[in-house]
Amino acid sequence: MLQTKLRSLAPKNDVVSFLILAAILLVALPILFDIFRLNLIGKYLTFAFVALGLVLSWGLGGILSLGQGIFFGLGGYAMAMFLKLEASNPENTQIQSTPGIPDFMDWNQLTELPWFWEPFHSFGFTLFAIIALPALFAYIIGAAMFKRRVGGVYFAIITQAIAAILTILIIGQQGFTGGVNGITDLRTLHGWDIRTDSAKYILYFINVMLLLATLVAAQYIRKSKLGRLLVAMRDSEDRVRFSGYDVANFKIFIFCIAGIFSSIGGAMFTLQVGFMSPSLIGIVPSIEMVIFAAVGGNLSIFGAIYGALIVNWAKTILSESYPELWLFAMGAMFIAVVLAFPKGLAGIYESYVQPWVDKKLKAIQDKKAKK
Amino acid sequence: MYQQKDFVLTIEGLTVSFDGFKAVNDVSLYIEEQEIRVIIGPNGAGKTTVLDLICGRTKATEGSIKFKGKELTKLKEHEIVHAGVGRKFQNPSIYEDLTVFENLELSYPRGKKVWGALTFRRDQEVIDKVNEIAQMIFLQEMLSSPANLLSHGQKQWLEIGMLLIQDPELLMLDEPVAGMSVSERKQTAELLQRITKERSVLVIEHDMHFVEEIADRVTVLHQGKVLSEGSMEKVQNDPKVIEVYLGH
Repeated sequence: MLQTKLRSLAPKNDVVSFLILAAILLVALPILFDIFRLNLIGKYLTFAFVALGLVLSWGLGGILSLGQGIFFGLGGYAMAMFLKLEASNPENTQIQSTPGIPDFMDWNQLTELPWFWEPFHSFGFTLFAIIALPALFAYIIGAAMFKRRVGGVYFAIITQAIAAILTILIIGQQGFTGGVNGITDLRTLHGWDIRTDSAKYILYFINVMLLLATLVAAQYIRKSKLGRLLVAMRDSEDRVRFSGYDVANFKIFIFCIAGIFSSIGGAMFTLQVGFMSPSLIGIVPSIEMVIFAAVGGNLSIFGAIYGALIVNWAKTILSESYPELWLFAMGAMFIAVVLAFPKGLAGIYESYVQPWVDKKLKAIQDKKAKK
Repeated sequence: MYQQKDFVLTIEGLTVSFDGFKAVNDVSLYIEEQEIRVIIGPNGAGKTTVLDLICGRTKATEGSIKFKGKELTKLKEHEIVHAGVGRKFQNPSIYEDLTVFENLELSYPRGKKVWGALTFRRDQEVIDKVNEIAQMIFLQEMLSSPANLLSHGQKQWLEIGMLLIQDPELLMLDEPVAGMSVSERKQTAELLQRITKERSVLVIEHDMHFVEEIADRVTVLHQGKVLSEGSMEKVQNDPKVIEVYLGH
């Protein structure tokens, strides 16, 4: 009984894909690349969390959010606030007119830590906030939209608007948020220097383990009845409603999950890259996140991770040589994906690579059988 | 004389107006237990709107809909379903990307909340029930095929099956045989005869042969109002009905 349950949760193909991915991320990449490149890969992988969330909400449930940067930012800022407070102890900041508060607050003539920063002295609270803040925020947005049956393009536009609003708010409230520069100069976590190479290695592995755990959670949701319900809602929302389901609740749930995933990615971004800024929240980064999922294949949880890796890698390569071309390349990539291979890399894999592999495997088996 | 409690569904003074246009105008309808009632009428008579009002898809402007003594006009769609009302749409609406089994399973009356759906387990009870229903709707061989491979008629049956698995006390069918071949029609009529034994059924249908075959009583709607009501024979000979049908 347990075995059949396990098999339905993890079909053979998925197990193989999972093991290959784990081997690539945990063994191959750390061996192949130096810590500078590995740290970059770690950064790319933080976006894979967002793409994974999008596979669930957009691919499965048909809810396209163009504002996932919001949640990435919430997690990222929560972590950054904690780290910033630790970096701003009175000794480090004694040259400020008000020692003990973050430097940008001092520059903006604040003389006291704002109340909403206070709880971020606690690491426990910060971890809690990284999960709870995006869930709460996604719940509020989701309840406001889905209960009123706002969906499709309207939902996409509204999420994008919220991402824009949040960016403007953060930039405008410089004294409280660090403004356009974001929160920078992050140093230690409970006294552990996160800028050293060894710390970067450890953070990379923590990041990968979290990603794999998130992947398992996504797989569980996908294979549960809730996963099938999401597909059903995409096909025929009214039928689901008139089969006795409160459709809005399911949309809110999956939107919250996607938000939480993004937020974990954001927090890991801050830890590995060492800063958080509005440039990771607004419209352009949010659309980029959708493209990661689209390129990987918006129905494939594995595709999402490869998509995030490949698109970000392409971005780095291209930005290093032709920075002004990146936006065009990204647009072209999106159009190409939508027109030529709507199921993304996962679709290409399924229709070309998988049959080839199966054929080869079968040939080998036949040979064995003949002997 | 009927007592109130004998009726499964009591509709009184039901009116809905869209920007002043009364699509359904002061309709009253009483449906008994285990009755098969067919609503007929020309296009735009408000037939589908009546079903929409009962299942909560459209909100009534005035009037009341009581199902086993419970007022439905105040309830949300999924609450109406849980009260025991099932509804099939005019165009077969099924989940094309899921298999026939999964289509039926999603309608199984368990795990209807978020947490319940996450922890839902496909146990023997569910499998048996799905098999039983699949047998009924002639799809037992198709359980593992994706629903988009079904023929139009099979999709209609699948949707009826999805309702049956909910076991509603009132089953509402909007043109269940539309687009079906002659043999499929016959099978569907048999199916309806069989499944209506323990419940009341409200059907909208254009096909008069089919109506004759299944209806206990017929209600004729015209321009949002009840024009005539009674046995098929009585309705067919009603001069008002003849005028409406021939006059157009």
